[in-house]
Formats: sequence, C-alpha cells, structure tokens
Amino acid sequence: MSALARVWQSDIAWSFRHAPVAMVAALVFAVLVIASLAAPLVAPHTPFEPGSLNLMDGFTPPMGEGMGSGSVFWLGTDDQGRDVFSTILYGMRLSLMIGLAAVALAAALGVTLGLIAGYVGGWIDALIMRVADIQLTFPSILVALLIFGVARGLLPPESREQMAIWVLILSIGLSEWVQFARTVRGSAMVEAKKDYVQAARLVGRKPSAILFHHLLPNVLGPVLVIATISLALAIIAEATLSFLGVGAPPTRPSLGTLIRIGQDFLFSGEWWILLFPALTLLALALSVNLLGDWLRDVMNPKLR
Amino acid sequence: MATPPAPDAAATPDAPLLEVEDLVVEIPTRRGVLKPVDGVSFTIGRGEILGVVGESGAGKSITGAAIIGLLERPTRIGGGRVTLAGTRLDTMDENALRRVRGARVGTVFQDPSTSLNPLKTIGEQLAETALAHLDVSRREARERALRALVDVGIPAAAERLDAWPHEFSGGMRQRVVIALALIGEPELVIADEPTTALDVSVQAQILALLRRLCVERGVGVMLVTHDMGVIAETTDRVAVLYAGRVAEVGPTRDVLTGALHPYTRGLMGATPDASPERDSRDRLAQIPGAMPGLGAVPSGCAFHPRCPEAMSRCSAERPRAASREDTRVWCWLHPPEEGVSPDGRSTSLRGTRR
Amino acid sequence: MSTPDDAVLVEVERLSRRFDVSSAWLNRIVRREPRRILTAVDDVSLRVRQGETYALVGESGSGKSTIAKMIVGLLAPSEGTVRIGGADPTGARGAALTALRRRVQMIFQDPYASLNPRWRVLDIVGEPMRVFGLARERREVARRVGALLEQVGLSADDTAKFPHEFSGGQRQRIGIARALASEPELIVCDEPTSALDVSVQAQVLNLMRDLQGDLGLTYLFITHDLSVVRYMADTIGVLYLGRLVESAPRETLFTEPAHPYTRMLLDAAPRLDGFGRRHATDGGEVPDPIRPPTGCHYHPRCGYRVAGCDERYPPVRDIGLRTVRCFEAERVLAASRPDAGRANGADAHPPR
Repeated sequence: MSALARVWQSDIAWSFRHAPVAMVAALVFAVLVIASLAAPLVAPHTPFEPGSLNLMDGFTPPMGEGMGSGSVFWLGTDDQGRDVFSTILYGMRLSLMIGLAAVALAAALGVTLGLIAGYVGGWIDALIMRVADIQLTFPSILVALLIFGVARGLLPPESREQMAIWVLILSIGLSEWVQFARTVRGSAMVEAKKDYVQAARLVGRKPSAILFHHLLPNVLGPVLVIATISLALAIIAEATLSFLGVGAPPTRPSLGTLIRIGQDFLFSGEWWILLFPALTLLALALSVNLLGDWLRDVMNPKLR
Repeated sequence: MATPPAPDAAATPDAPLLEVEDLVVEIPTRRGVLKPVDGVSFTIGRGEILGVVGESGAGKSITGAAIIGLLERPTRIGGGRVTLAGTRLDTMDENALRRVRGARVGTVFQDPSTSLNPLKTIGEQLAETALAHLDVSRREARERALRALVDVGIPAAAERLDAWPHEFSGGMRQRVVIALALIGEPELVIADEPTTALDVSVQAQILALLRRLCVERGVGVMLVTHDMGVIAETTDRVAVLYAGRVAEVGPTRDVLTGALHPYTRGLMGATPDASPERDSRDRLAQIPGAMPGLGAVPSGCAFHPRCPEAMSRCSAERPRAASREDTRVWCWLHPPEEGVSPDGRSTSLRGTRR
Repeated sequence: MSTPDDAVLVEVERLSRRFDVSSAWLNRIVRREPRRILTAVDDVSLRVRQGETYALVGESGSGKSTIAKMIVGLLAPSEGTVRIGGADPTGARGAALTALRRRVQMIFQDPYASLNPRWRVLDIVGEPMRVFGLARERREVARRVGALLEQVGLSADDTAKFPHEFSGGQRQRIGIARALASEPELIVCDEPTSALDVSVQAQVLNLMRDLQGDLGLTYLFITHDLSVVRYMADTIGVLYLGRLVESAPRETLFTEPAHPYTRMLLDAAPRLDGFGRRHATDGGEVPDPIRPPTGCHYHPRCGYRVAGCDERYPPVRDIGLRTVRCFEAERVLAASRPDAGRANGADAHPPR
C-alpha cells in the first residue's frame, strides 16, 4: 500500500473525515493560506506601491467604483485609496509569516530547553523551570512588549523600521517557548528512564546525541498540537502588537495594523476598512485554533 | 438494603457452584467483531479451586470480568450462559449485578496498591463492605472487620484497623484485599493474578492463605494465572485457555502430568522447573510461532498451525468437547465417542458435568 | 560448561552503593529530619568465569539490578571495584573506556521499552557497530545487521521494520541482536524473560544457550525466577537486602543450601510436581531497605537464629564449593543434607 493510501486509511484520517468542525476549519485555513501565499498573483491591485495609488479612489465603499481610476474595488478602499481586498491579502501574508516564524523560534527554543531540563535534571532543570515559571506570571503580550521595547532600544534608529518584523518575531517567539518546554520536559523525563536510553548510554553515546537522535523523535508528538495552538496565539499576539502601534508599520501592514487604521474610520461611516480585516483575522485565528483542538483530542492516547 | 437475587431453589448441593457454558465475549470494531473469548466452558464446585491458566491474550482475565459483568463498553457478552448457584449472571442488569458483586462474588486483583482506596483506613473499607452486603449494625461491621484482619493473618490487627493502606507492605495489602473479598461472605471468589506482583516468598503465603480460607468456608475460587507452578501447587482443577477457547479442563494432577491437548503438553514442556528433584537441564521444548492475535484466529482448531500433531480435520472443523475420565478436552486427537450427545457431553455419569 | 581453571572475566570486590533518599534540603531542615541513606548494595564480592552463566537471584530490594548497572558502568560504585578482564572501568577514559564498553553489553527486561520506537531495526542493531567502528558504510551495516538477525531467529528482511511491528519475544531477540552487535564477551541480562509468556520464554532461553555455545559468551543473569535459574545458571549468587548471602554452583545450591534464606526461597518457589505441597514459610516479608534489621538482615525471619545474629554481620566463609555468610551455616547444611535426593520438604526451619 502506498504511503498516501496508508495515511488516508489511518485512524487519524478516519476521525478527521468524521469531524465536520475539523474539516471546515482545515478548509478555511487552507483557503486563507493559499490566498496569502499567492497574494502577488491574486491581488487585483498593488496597494503598497505609492505610485499606483489614486487619492481620488479613497473611501470607496465595497463593490463600488473608484472615482479616480474607475476600477471596481470588491471590498472598498481606505483613506489613501488602497484596495482593502489587496491589503488584506498582503496583510494576512505578513501575519502568517510572522506567526509561523515566531512559532518556529518558540518551538526550537522550547523543545531544546525542555529536552535538556528533562534529561539532565538537577539544578539545570530547576533553573530552566523557574525561568519558565517567572515568565508565565506575566501575560504574554506584556512579555512581548517588553522584549520588543528592549530590542528596539538597542537598535539604531535608521534600521528600526526595517528590523520591525524581526523584532516582532523575536518578541512573540520568546513569549511562547514555555509551553513547548514544559510539555517536552515531561515527555523527556519519561523517555529518559526507558531502557533504550540506557542502551545508548551503554554504547557510549554522548548526551547531545542521545537528546537529539533518541529522545527528540519520541517527544515530538504533543509538539504538533502545541505548535498549532501557538500559531493562533502568535497571530493574535502580532495583531495586538500591531494594533497597539508597536508592530508592523503602516507601510507594510499586517492585519493588526489594518485594524488599527480602520478603527479611526469606523464611526465616520467607512466601516469596511475595519470590518473586513477584522473578519479575516477572526477566520484565521479561529480555524487554526479549531484544528489544534481537534488534533489534541485525536492524539490523546486515552481517547483512542 | 435489598438482598441479592436468591439462588435458584432447584440448584441441588451437588450441582456446581458456577457453570460457564459456551461463553462468548465480543468487541465490535470498525474492522469486524473480535472475540477474545470464543466458547469457553467450565464449572467450579463449592470449596474447589479452579485454575484458569493461559498465556497473554488467551482471554483468561476477560472471562473473569465477563462473569461478574465488569466488561467495559463496547466489549460485551455475545453468547453462552453463566450460572451462579442457579442464578443466570449473563442476563442480569447492572443493578442486580452490583448486588451480586461483593455479596455473592468477591474479587482479588493483581495490584494491591490500586485495589485499596488510599484515602480511607483499612478498617473503614472493610466495615463499609460489610455494611453494604450484610445485614449488620455499624458496630458489628467493625467487629467483623477486625475478625477479617485476624483471619488473614495481619499481626496486631486491632491497631492496624485504623491504619492507612500505604502503611502496609505489598504482601500485607494483598491479605487485606483478600479480607475485603471475603468479608461479604461470598460463594465465589475470582482472583486474577493475585500474586504476580509479589515476591516469591510472599506468594507462597498468600496462596496458602487463600486456599485455607476458601476451602474452610466452602467458597469456590477461580484463580487466573499464567504460572504453571502456582497451578500445580494451589488448584484442584485447571482449565487451560488458548486464543479464547478451552484446550482442556480437568483435575490438576491429570492435566499436568498426563495432558491430553498438545498445547498443554507443549506448555508443560516449555516451563522450566525449580524442583530439586528433576534434572531440568534438558532443553526446554519450544512451541513454534506465537498465539494468534484477536483478528487472526485460524479456522478450525485455533492451535493447529503450531500443533505437532495436526491433522487435516483440525483446520476444517472446530473440535467438539470430549470427556476422558474427569477431563474435558477439545481436540480432534480425542474425538467425542459414538453414543455421545451432539454437544459433546459424555452420557456416562462420570465426568465434570452430567 | 566452564571448569575451575577457566580465566576469570568479571571480578567484583567489596562493591557497595548507597543512595541518598532524604527529602529535599529545605523540607528536611524545616522538619528536622535526618538524612536517609539507602544502602542498595553492601559489600558484595563475586567472580564470574569466562564462558559461564552466573545468576544473581533476589527478591525486591535485593540490589541485583543495581549491581548489574555497576558492572556495566551505568552507575558508579560508592565503594569497591569492578574489573572486567583485569581492567577497571571507573576512571577509564577515551579509547580505554570505549574498548571496555565494547566487551560488556546488556539485555533489558521490558521488550516494549528497550527499543527506540522511532528507529528502524537496522539503526537499533547497527548503532553499536557504528559507534565502535565495526562497520561504517550503510551497506556493510545492513549486511551485518541482517546476519545478526538471522542468528537470533529473525529474518534479514526485518531490518527496515519498526519495533511495534514485532511481538514481545521478537523484540527481545532484537535486543539480543543489538547486544551481540559489538561482539562482546560479557552480556549482563536483566530479567530478560520476566515479561514474556512461557512458550516465548522457552524460545529466548534456548536461543541464549545456543549463542553462548556458539560464541563463547559469558552471561551475568539477573532474575527472581528460580526455575529459570535452574535452567540457565552454572553458578548462583543469592542476594538479600543488598548482601550476597550465599554463592555456589548450581546443583550444590539447589540440593544443599547453606543459608536459611536460600532454603526458604527454594522452598517457596512453586514446583510443577508440587501438587498440594505445604510450604514451610517463615511468615515474613522483605523489610524496608532504608531501615534494615541490624546485624544479619535476615535474622528476624530466621529459624536458625542464635544470640549475636542481630549484632554482627556474618563474615564470608568458604564451605566446600560455596561461599556463605551465616554463623549457623553448618547447622543449615546438616538440615539440608539428609534431604539431598529428596525435595527440601516441610522443615525449612527447625522447630524453635
């Protein structure tokens, strides 16, 4: 049986096919991801090339005709004449990129620290876990803000805007490693006691080899679930930071930035500038979250 | 307190205490119906210890669970009868079964640390059980609890009555579990690997205790184990299980020294022995292959692919029960005799069943 | 079978191992508790000859697994030395340590925990080969692994499979193949068949005996099962609460035990022909290893106890082919001797 056929017939695939929520969530997520990846191809306009903008197009309602260029804007335009649909596509792209990168950073850091803490134990374990505990007492947004502020302060002013994205990734990533570390530490502690680890020690393998070749493949199970939920959190965190004005700049906005911009115009009647980015953000975060929930339930050995 | 369903007045003193006939346990799955127990029959008399022996996956624990209705959904009884002193257990609803458990059937499980509630004292647990199943006052219940502890050999029982489970050693805890099983004055005790988690020196004590108490009180015992040595020393009769079916059931000495079924013979040959008498450096006999998993039980006799004496009939038809003296065996090497009723029971009065 | 002239492969001298099982430092200070030290192994000395099977027998708390770990080098002794073929692994470094590691391997008890579930059989069995430089290229490793698998009764095609595709007995065979991969001289077997069914156990034990004959292996066999010991061992050491109470060749131990605990253990072990046998139990259990009895640990349960057994730890004595640590060994032996040729019956303890 080919690998693909085996996956399709596996227990996980079976429960996926029988969980309507998961299927819908996966569909929505897939559509959003593909749309954002293909933004340069799909977007009808290029809202971030200043030369392509026509101020007279500004404040066009959804499905309306721009007074300047005469094109139809599906979701309307903002105050500068930017096509809302296109800005959403590019914004979502940025949101996803930052979210994925932050989760990757958090996972790499958290899994490594968790492995070390679980296998070595002793004071190293205590140290890592205390740092984790301290970090957990603060809301993650606050931590992200803190790291963001410190990083920004360390950078020379010229590169601040350029580096905004990287700083964003760093701060969100550093605020999320704890969940990974805790879970992996638990699994690592259990696996480290098993005889196959003793057998590896007996042969004389170095601790680093044992951690990465023996333990890592066996602790990755729950990591996927945490990563999915972390992605939803990262996207929201990024949106929050951008909304607060400390995230992605208006010249390269993410969904959060768009929401902030749109907020100014909500009560003057141009509701579409806020609503559509907000709905997109909701769809993105919710679909990832639901997928993560389903994945966690399906991977729970007790329910299997 | 409602009394448990009374034994059938028609059950005579000579009739066996527990009769299991063609018991089937099934598990419906996506891939079809699996049968961890597929047509198991045996009896247990009063004051008799029946060993149920088999390797892992043979279905011995599930048989015990099925008898007292402790199967977890979707596992369920799929056929056959279980009769305790005339009362049908397999058709009982959960409420009635709950009254049977403890009052008419006691249980002893393998792990004493999970059989006892860590948050209650030993005395509390014993007294509660007595109150639940017997018509006694609280004071009487506590007295019975004390007597129960003395009976199972706990030293300084009066002080230990208020001790917590974690203050007892493994062997002591298992004695308490036996006391709990017997305090409701049951007619039958099902003991599932009661000594497997204990050291060998304690094992001997616990088995001797179980034997003494049950035989004294006329309580029948179903002793599930994988250890042939335990079977030899503790049981009166033994049922050998393989892949959810019975290979043979009969008096222990007969089955162990003169096994009829090739599987039993193979098992005996493969078991090393510590007895100083025997020259046990002879090579252990090996049964090639392994017991089939639930979804892969062979047609006909489940053992035939591994059997050194398999015939063509063995792969085609499931063996029917035959009686040889006091043993019942399911093997085409011992076909039911002519002049035998269609379900394989001997028409002679000798044998485990009429 | 080995003869007394065979070289000694493993020399254990006065081995001890203590564990600090006190509560956490702060808790201890607040509650004013003393430190609690668990002596898991106490002054054990033994010799294993090349090519023989030495069985270490004991119940829970006997320290047998701890001794095994010290012999293979997974645990450092608190006191005493272990020498493999004359070389001492503690303090060895670099190439010397690697060379020593190659000579000693281990087979573990739990077939479901002793193989990495995410690794293929090829990698599991091939790891020692790669580490010790016995084979480097993929094809060479595959060839050798295939040969080893055949040797343990599996097929060379099994190299690409994962552990979960095998039964418990087959997994144990894979574990044996892995132990053989470095071409060791000594294999320490920690309850290798305790988790297996009887018929599977027979297959694995027979395999181990065959391999011993073919490859000249020496086994240190840890177990609690006396019937397996009877089948496999040449020499047997009996452990009680961390101490080696008796050590003797197999038949000597089984027919003429000289220590009361050995007698009790032999009597307690169930026998296939023991129909309705009454055991002469001493009614006791292994005490808490953290607070063992004073003097000879066995004295509270012992039917041969005399004054002084609760004060001093008996010294090692050689009586015939055996070594034993008991003040009353002669009396025990005398009780055992008339029974030699009959089963050790109901008087494991003389009336007190």
